[in-house]
Amino acid sequence: MASITLEGLKKTYSGDVHAVKGINLQIEDGEFVVLVGPSGCGKSTLLRMVAGLETITEGTLKIGDRVVNKLEPAERDIAMVFQNYALYPHMTVYNNLAYGLKNRGFNKEDIEKRVRIAAKMLEIEEFLERKPRKLSGGQRQRVAMGRALVRDPAAFLFDEPLSNLDAKLRVQMRVEIKQLQRRLKTTSLYVTHDQLEAMTLGDRLVVLNAGQIEQVGTPMEIYARPASMFVAGFIGSPAMNMLPVDYLNEQGANGLLDNLPDGTDVVGIRPDDMHLAPPTAPHLIVDSTLALFEAAGAESHLYVTLADSDQPTVIRVSGQPPVAEGETLRFFVTRDALHPFNSATGKRTGD
Amino acid sequence: MLFIDAYIYSPFAELPMQTKRMTYPGRFLPYALLAPQVIVTLIFFIWPAGQALYQSLLREDAFGLKTTFVGLENFARLFRDGSYLNSLSVTAVFAIGTTLLSMTVALLMASTVNRMIRSRSTYTTLLVWPYAIAPALAGVLWWFIFNPSIGIVPYMLEMVGYRWNHRNSGSDAMLLVIFAAAWKQISYNFLFFLAGLQSIPQSLIEAASIDGASPTKRFWTIIFPLLTPTTFFLLVVNVVYAMFDTFAIIHATTAGGPAQATNILVYKVYADGFVGLNLGSSAAQSVILMVIVVALTMIQFRFIERRVNY
Amino acid sequence: MVENRPWANLIAHIVLISGVALVVFPVYVAIIASTHSLSGLLQGTLPLLPGGHGIENYTRMWQSGVSNAGAPPAALMLWNSFIMAMAITVGKLSISLLSAFAIVYFRFRFRMFFFWVIFVTLMLPVEVRIIPTFQVVADLKMLNSFAGLSIPLIASATATFLFRQFFMTIPEEMLEAARVDGAGPLKFFKDILMPLSVTNIAALFVIMFIYGWNQYLWPLIITTDPDYYTIVMGIQRMTSEENPQWQLVMAAVVMAALPPVLVILFMQRLFVKGLTETEK
Repeated sequence: MASITLEGLKKTYSGDVHAVKGINLQIEDGEFVVLVGPSGCGKSTLLRMVAGLETITEGTLKIGDRVVNKLEPAERDIAMVFQNYALYPHMTVYNNLAYGLKNRGFNKEDIEKRVRIAAKMLEIEEFLERKPRKLSGGQRQRVAMGRALVRDPAAFLFDEPLSNLDAKLRVQMRVEIKQLQRRLKTTSLYVTHDQLEAMTLGDRLVVLNAGQIEQVGTPMEIYARPASMFVAGFIGSPAMNMLPVDYLNEQGANGLLDNLPDGTDVVGIRPDDMHLAPPTAPHLIVDSTLALFEAAGAESHLYVTLADSDQPTVIRVSGQPPVAEGETLRFFVTRDALHPFNSATGKRTGD
Repeated sequence: MLFIDAYIYSPFAELPMQTKRMTYPGRFLPYALLAPQVIVTLIFFIWPAGQALYQSLLREDAFGLKTTFVGLENFARLFRDGSYLNSLSVTAVFAIGTTLLSMTVALLMASTVNRMIRSRSTYTTLLVWPYAIAPALAGVLWWFIFNPSIGIVPYMLEMVGYRWNHRNSGSDAMLLVIFAAAWKQISYNFLFFLAGLQSIPQSLIEAASIDGASPTKRFWTIIFPLLTPTTFFLLVVNVVYAMFDTFAIIHATTAGGPAQATNILVYKVYADGFVGLNLGSSAAQSVILMVIVVALTMIQFRFIERRVNY
Repeated sequence: MVENRPWANLIAHIVLISGVALVVFPVYVAIIASTHSLSGLLQGTLPLLPGGHGIENYTRMWQSGVSNAGAPPAALMLWNSFIMAMAITVGKLSISLLSAFAIVYFRFRFRMFFFWVIFVTLMLPVEVRIIPTFQVVADLKMLNSFAGLSIPLIASATATFLFRQFFMTIPEEMLEAARVDGAGPLKFFKDILMPLSVTNIAALFVIMFIYGWNQYLWPLIITTDPDYYTIVMGIQRMTSEENPQWQLVMAAVVMAALPPVLVILFMQRLFVKGLTETEK
């Protein structure tokens, strides 16, 4: 167990490509931190820098109290779960799990014990003598995790481990990973581009964009108060709607928008904060036309075009409201559901 | 499939640049790993090649006592030398003859086998094994078959009135070595043609058939053009084969004769150097051959990697 | 193709059978000839059916050779060929694997330079440097030895490039996982890379063994001691006599051709793979 400290971490490739532009992050011992962001944001690079698979151009990396910048991956007391599992195809599952321990000089009994415990935890005992090619995707993923488990390292590093699994399996594995981590209390750093995975797994989220941190916080903090338009649009599905303040004022805002923080020219409204029935609290009224009705089972997504504007907007309601495509639709938004942003800086205005 | 897959060529396209994304740090180890190959290469390839280059600029006197630096004189002499020019033309004839004969037969076999389904692997096995026969043995076999006194082919030829004797007739000798060399290469060409044919999508052939093309027409207008990469590749390989790997055939049969009729370049290098002990001339011939190999290799790399995308 | 042309099929079979016959014919002749006595062969027409002297010819060739023509017993020559072929094969495979590993998995100064040095060997077949290489080998006192027969031939680049190509296809994560698992370069090479390369090694083994076995010019030049003659070059010595003993020559030819042919037949799949992947 250990904390992980990133101080001013930078990664620059030759040709002046700044993949990681100065990251400061403190991960507490036992915490499950998720790095989330779109492709190319640097999250995988950052993870690999922590692992020792990429060199650190600038900055300091500490695992526990040790500065590990120059240490080999094997010396950092970390274990990694790869997106493509990276299982050794010519070795049995048992040997895949045992390999790291063998290299570190563990004796046979210890190895046997650790492997069996990990296999039991991950329910792969019956596969121990099989080779990876005879396993399904989900089973391989468990073996990959088992390889990390047996090492009992200071930290687990996950590089998009669920991306190659089908949707159903992904949900199942997500739950298992979370439960496992809770049980073992090992510090974990997890990379994903899937915001739902990030929300459900992380104790804290780090939202990255173009090599920099956009926001760090618990999932709920980030959901409730996104610090920038990027984070607002990235976390939460369907994505937050961004409506210009001017437009809303033109449509008649009843003065609700007058005391927005300085510099606000755009407000974000989550699709689920748009109601079809007028709420009791002070609210905005917006007219629109229903363009597309998406019935998604327990909820529906209503794609509307706003009156006097060609801005596409999404409303999320539970159940199936009795509205038809082409009809006009009126929805209501309370004042406290508005997220104020300045479109020039992209940041949230106010405190 | 197989070599036509652009994948095989892309490493040669960005030839030396790529390593793995992550490499091992290493001060001493990589050099140690490379050492065996590099040392052997330096001692047995680079140094002798350098020697050949140097020796091609020297000339020994008649008694082998004094050597003088003569610059490019040896090369100039070669191109004035009738027997060298003869060797050039003999090599050309030999290379073209072998290549044409071998590739045509192989293509015929490959396209016929390609139509088969059940017997394909049997025929392939039956046609592939001659690759294992050493060129020298191929030469000896055909020499025996064509032996003027006891060979079976002259016996049959005599029945139609032709007296075969490759000891006297230069053209007979050339035919003999061409047969031997082509015979051996059929397997190789066959394999590559077969691979090339199988990589042509069946849907193209079916489309052509729906468009009303007869099998012959389909072959010449669709299949053969699509085989051009393979054909070109094999052309280069066969020419290299005919120029270099056939030393054994010549040496084991005609020894360059009769009267220089089969004195191909690579044999002449040996004959002039080892037997005639004319080191300067032989070295110069080696250098010229080196230039030819380099040119052919470059053609192979440049053109073959480029035309894979169509 | 759904076309139904039965006569086309018949023609196809005829063509193929003729092709096979053409290909088999010389070897068939050799086998027949090796079973006749010399006088039977010299009659002027070659018999097309086996004679009765097979055992006699083969035994004689195997045990005593044709010493006045300078050909030692076939048994000895076959053994020499085997040693030479194995030495060349094992040598080539080992150093190519090591070199490919170094070039792909390490970054070091002069990497490019070494790469080109190795590459150059593709353009220097032995025929082109025959005399100076002979001089080097003679100066190193390696004539008439197995070392001399094999070492100068083991450094060509085709195997190195094939392994390089193959190593490049191995996923990056394999190396990364191994590194996280604490495997240094040599452990990685032994535990991961080698097992994954087995098919390629086997395929190349076939090609290289045939290449080594069939060597002609080089053994011809550097061996003057009949104890070191190899079978392929030894046969030439037999035919250079004024009146060769053809029945023995053919017996030797059959014996010389057999091992590579057997290797191809039994490992055909690997052979095809090796052939088509080494040729650039």
